[in-house]
Amino acid sequence: MTQALTSKRITVGEGGLIAFFAVLAAYCVLGVIKAQDGAFAFHSALMAAVSAWAIVAIIRRYSARGALPLQEINGVPNYNLGPVKFTAFMAMFWGIAGFTVGVIIASQLAFPALNLGEWVNFGRLRPLHTSAVIFAFGGNVLIATSFYVVQKTSRARLAGELAPWFVVIGYNLFIVIAGTGYLLGVTQSKEYAEPEWYADLMLTVIWVVYLLTFVMTLMKRKEPHIYVANWFYLAFIITIAVLHLGNNPTVPVSFFGSKSYIAWGGVQDAMFQWWYGHNAVGFFLTAGFLAIMYYFIPKRAERPVYSYRLSIIHFWALIFLYIWAGPHHLHYTALPDWTQTLGMTFSIMLWMPSWGGMINGLMTLSGAWDKLRTDPVLRMLVVSVAFYGMSTFEGPMMAIKVVNSLSHYTDWTVGHVHSGALGWVGFVSFGALYCLVPWVWNRKQLYSLKLVNWHFWIATLGIVLYISSMWVSGILQGLMWRAYTSLGFLEYSFIETVEAMHPFYVIRAAGGGLFLIGALIMAYNLWMTVRVGESSETQPRVALQAAE
Amino acid sequence: MSFWDRHKIFEKNSIILIIGIVVVISIGGLVEIGPLFYLKSTIEKVDGVRPYTPLELAGRNVYIREGCYLCHSQMIRPLRDEVERYGHFSLAAESMYDHPFQWGSKRTGPDLARVGGKYSDDWHVTHLKNPRAIVPQSVMPNYAFLAKNEVNSSNIAEHLRTNRLIGVPYTDEQIASATEDMKAQVDPDSPGAAELLKRYPKAVVRNFDGKGGDPTELDALIAYLQMLGTLVDFKLYDEKANLR
Repeated sequence: MTQALTSKRITVGEGGLIAFFAVLAAYCVLGVIKAQDGAFAFHSALMAAVSAWAIVAIIRRYSARGALPLQEINGVPNYNLGPVKFTAFMAMFWGIAGFTVGVIIASQLAFPALNLGEWVNFGRLRPLHTSAVIFAFGGNVLIATSFYVVQKTSRARLAGELAPWFVVIGYNLFIVIAGTGYLLGVTQSKEYAEPEWYADLMLTVIWVVYLLTFVMTLMKRKEPHIYVANWFYLAFIITIAVLHLGNNPTVPVSFFGSKSYIAWGGVQDAMFQWWYGHNAVGFFLTAGFLAIMYYFIPKRAERPVYSYRLSIIHFWALIFLYIWAGPHHLHYTALPDWTQTLGMTFSIMLWMPSWGGMINGLMTLSGAWDKLRTDPVLRMLVVSVAFYGMSTFEGPMMAIKVVNSLSHYTDWTVGHVHSGALGWVGFVSFGALYCLVPWVWNRKQLYSLKLVNWHFWIATLGIVLYISSMWVSGILQGLMWRAYTSLGFLEYSFIETVEAMHPFYVIRAAGGGLFLIGALIMAYNLWMTVRVGESSETQPRVALQAAE
Repeated sequence: MSFWDRHKIFEKNSIILIIGIVVVISIGGLVEIGPLFYLKSTIEKVDGVRPYTPLELAGRNVYIREGCYLCHSQMIRPLRDEVERYGHFSLAAESMYDHPFQWGSKRTGPDLARVGGKYSDDWHVTHLKNPRAIVPQSVMPNYAFLAKNEVNSSNIAEHLRTNRLIGVPYTDEQIASATEDMKAQVDPDSPGAAELLKRYPKAVVRNFDGKGGDPTELDALIAYLQMLGTLVDFKLYDEKANLR
């Protein structure tokens, strides 16, 4: 210790970050003074305060610390679990926030009187919901699990000391900036890419540091092979960076105002948007969560991954084919036909690698199926893969132009998204968090498996209500729009089709409500696990080997 | 060496794995997006499509801010019922100056690609303030607050200039007179109104919200809605020339 103290020096990271935040704070103070609009002033003030706090925190951390933490203690990697704990906690927090906003906007569609005013109208809350569940909940789950899995499967401590904290705090701050922006009316209007230019810039910086942290950890690995989950994490991180940069080039009206105009226009912008939009599904919500599947299901079932060869084929096929599928969001639009046809063709082909992943996940249970009866966490993980299989069949089907002519613009799409989002992404995340929390907080087991069981059934019932009501309302509305009378007139006015949706919107809101209740039960369970759970004796877990 | 052994190069080398991923994920995007910028058939040749007037642009920004695109599409597909319900199917040319595009993805409410001229200004004022006053079954939120907010006209020229930077053909004259044009569009009797129409043919010049004074966000939004889909004259449009 004494030797460590004498050799204590400020690191490049510490010095660099202090300088970075000093410059940022100065710009933000200028931003407050010269702001063109209220939202920009608010965000500048917030960032100035956070930058100042960051400088103080780095200096205090420096003066409190001894030498840098060891890479290994007694031959066991000294895993860095702080950032994992932080993101696991934030995932649960944002999950509940995002589901709550979802229930609110679902209720607003059933009962429009619930649109209480400017800041909380449907149009401003809807991006808040989608961003909160995809990027805040899903994103934190992905960062938490990726930082955990990459350390364990590489048998190496996370690269960098401040970098992981820069990523996890910065990412959550980005969520706050984006979310408050939506409420204040700051949006680019590009679905799932609504944050304005300054939030986009912020995310770019954070994402690059995320990629570097992940890759540097891989490079430090003690295992000869990069485990399959890490291929998927890597594909997710890289592709999201590419998509983000491709979809968001924009010119701000002023460097001290929130409004900007996107460089792409009209048909090209539409294509860029859905190239981005569909691959946010493909890489954020699929590749990233497949990585979770490839680590947590084998761990929980205590079985090796079913097929190593299948994982190779489906990995490359999935990431190659997914990127082509975007135009199926633009069938019969002013996008040229050749692009639509390509999009449809590749979407149908995508069915195969998707099911390759599903088969690999499900068959990993070979010889361990009996655990489904006793372990509700494993059941949740397995059902998530089943939902993945279901929505990756439904997706290619809806990408067929004739089917799409009916389904597009209707609630069928909304239902499809939610069977993937609630069933696949939601359940695999819940399963992963139920595994991860006892592991990283060093607890023997969860506080209550019975509560997990309740969560599972309540949430499943919620999903069933949600997706079946959206199937009915979507197909009904699609058919009503195109219905003709025997005299050759359109049978229904538009508003009649809106009126017909009401009962299904009520059922959907109820389904969403059940899903939220399940998440609240989960939050309580995890909280109690951390607070009163018995700690397990420290026992190093051996990294997973790829099954040959 | 078997096929499966060859894959080890990716598994043992993070940089090669990264390169592999980047190559594989780039192909689809390059093939699908690249040609849209140079194939001449991508955007039809039509007459009449012009950049937005300053007030329309401000209204469009209100439309974006309030998330109207989340429930209203602006893209009529060439299907029998849609063409009958909404009008001629949308052309790529009609949104070529849209940064960003507003085609939408969901019709909780009807398509708005050709809503221009369908309803009176009064209808829009009443409907936006309280949709259920006109359409009892509507689930649209109230937008009464738009009537109270004045449009910020001080930096509208900057907005036009930014649009020009990314390819919208605003002229120097249009940019120089942006602030006056914005006010003139709600003041049909002003001398600026005729000038505005010269600069922006087919612009709708009316006192949209029925109140005097500087334009409100309600004025701007209605100005935008009233021009949607009206710029191309489909009696003169040659469909055969633009077969793709």
